[in-house]
Amino acid sequence: MNNEYLIEVENLKQYFPIKTGFFKTTPLKAVDGVSFKIKPGETLGLVGESGCGKTTVGRSILRLYEPTDGVVKYNGEIITASNMQEYRKHMQMVFQDPYSSLNPRMTVEDIIGEPLDVHKLYENKAQRREKILSLMELVGLNAEHATRYAHEFSGGQRQRIGIARALAVDPKFIVCDEAVSALDVSIQAQVINMFEDLQQKLGVAYLFIAHDLLVVRHISNRIAVMYLGRIVEVGDADDVYEHPQHPYTESLLSAVPIPDPIQAKENKRIVLSGDVPSPMNMPTGCAFRTRCRYATERCATECPSLLDRGNGHEVACFNR
Amino acid sequence: MESNIENMPKKNIFSAQIDVAKFEKATEEEKRQQDVMSESTTFFKDGMKRLMKNPLAVGSMIFLILIVLVILIAPKVVPYSYSQINTVNGVRDKGAKNMKPFEYSELEQKYMAEGGKVFPHIMGTDEQCRDYFIRVVYGTRVSLSIGLVASVMVLIIGLLYGSISGYFGGRVDLVMMRIVDIIYSLPDLLMVILLSVVLGATITPLIEGTSLAKIGTNLIALFIVYALLYWVGMARLVRGQILTIKSNDYVLAARATGAKSGRIIRKHIIPNCISVIFISTALQVPSAIFTESYLSFLGLGVSAPMPSLGSLANYAREGLVSYPYKLIFPAVVIILIVLSFNLLGDGLRDAFDPKLKK
Repeated sequence: MNNEYLIEVENLKQYFPIKTGFFKTTPLKAVDGVSFKIKPGETLGLVGESGCGKTTVGRSILRLYEPTDGVVKYNGEIITASNMQEYRKHMQMVFQDPYSSLNPRMTVEDIIGEPLDVHKLYENKAQRREKILSLMELVGLNAEHATRYAHEFSGGQRQRIGIARALAVDPKFIVCDEAVSALDVSIQAQVINMFEDLQQKLGVAYLFIAHDLLVVRHISNRIAVMYLGRIVEVGDADDVYEHPQHPYTESLLSAVPIPDPIQAKENKRIVLSGDVPSPMNMPTGCAFRTRCRYATERCATECPSLLDRGNGHEVACFNR
Repeated sequence: MESNIENMPKKNIFSAQIDVAKFEKATEEEKRQQDVMSESTTFFKDGMKRLMKNPLAVGSMIFLILIVLVILIAPKVVPYSYSQINTVNGVRDKGAKNMKPFEYSELEQKYMAEGGKVFPHIMGTDEQCRDYFIRVVYGTRVSLSIGLVASVMVLIIGLLYGSISGYFGGRVDLVMMRIVDIIYSLPDLLMVILLSVVLGATITPLIEGTSLAKIGTNLIALFIVYALLYWVGMARLVRGQILTIKSNDYVLAARATGAKSGRIIRKHIIPNCISVIFISTALQVPSAIFTESYLSFLGLGVSAPMPSLGSLANYAREGLVSYPYKLIFPAVVIILIVLSFNLLGDGLRDAFDPKLKK
């Protein structure tokens, strides 16, 4: 049981069949061979532009989609479709949209209590209520909110309800799928600080999916950068942020707004040419080569794999 | 310290000094009163509580209950029959034709003068000397039962069919919805007429001698027609609702916590589409009453002498100028029933939508 890694994802692939003709279906390669590991109590930030498969990775780990290929291990044990039910107690998810992720016909008490009901984690009604109230206190909601409906709350409060629901089963691993991107900046800060507090108190590990690099750097121990269904760079948060190796990471980081205007002027922005290729018609070799400044002929024929450049900083590029 | 406050001298009313007694510590009971947390309720209980606060919905409900009571009790109290000519003391009263409300015929007046008791004709009589009130009561009975039975059948079939189709999706959905499309494309009225004729002929020998024979073949045929044809609208509605609800994140969240299909349907999908289903069921009742009316008009509805509100209104056209009240009575009953079902449907929709909570 005592494994170094809590979550191990190996060569995860998720293809969706898309109808392209009357009888023809083409696979959409949303996730194409992703591997990473997360230690207990650690936060892995997963960044990338829209449509690169971040959310799909999160959902495939929790088997909300049946993965096409690859292995997900929890504490060293392989999760399959048949034994997923017991792992649902250990792995939870916080959703992006705090408006559609809460059932408008349920009171807060029932929303947070749902995981307790599903896994029968209480003996009587009083115990159920007690647990719900302690969860609400944990995420900073008042007890009087318990019998209200979700639409009576603001975005930040709703997200807290969603987090309380995820925490109800005492999970060891939570996928935060763009959990703060729908909130405005001041609320983002509150919620992120809460995530950190909860990590310290409960020792949960996060897979923190986001597209805001500053947020990810703040909360993550390690960062993985995704491009078109593949991870192109992984490493310690500061390492990736200060010394990006992959050309895609470089351009992504150069797009981060800098609050100081003088410094911002000095900083050169690396603007990528062209659009993201369609995941239904991926370029051969390295997926990024169509937009890469350093692309050579080798990139068109071979797909680079992640190579360690020291300190666990892995990069998938031939030229850097 | 507490005793100190109690022992303090009473404050002079005119003194500007602060009353120390007001700063007493709150007792446990008072503290509990500050706890504004309300009792936890279920979705259904909460909805019913809100429904009871809606005066229009409650009024409609009371009216409908009254109507049901009247159509159950009136035939026991009123000594007339919907199908027989008025009789006075065992003698057929040929003079009791087309009387006004509360009018008595010559024979009845003579009988009353002799000391006999005659139950008043509350709504007069028709051209065949039958008491009109009891006919309207029976007509309401027929129309209301057609409305209710038909809409319950439509609800059950449509809900089951639509939710299976919507929830499982994919190929199941494709095949099931094509069947619905085929039924939808059949001309309604033509099918209703054809089916009632064919069914009327086949059912009659089947139900002979059973209690069903009392209801009449036409009425049973009408129910079957309704069950066969009118559920498609409900099925489409339910399917559409479920498709939209299914794609919401909260259903995904429920699956992530490990909830099974049954729980997701029960706790997430049905409560979210129930208000639409309520209102369309409530609207189905008047539409069934209207369908029965025009079928009766065409001679395919309930068979004479059994009245229905539609056929009563139809017969009343003949003497409209001389006896307008004969149209007014059934028409008013139809209007009130339809109106109260609509108001009740509205009230139910509002009550079961927490977003409209006041």
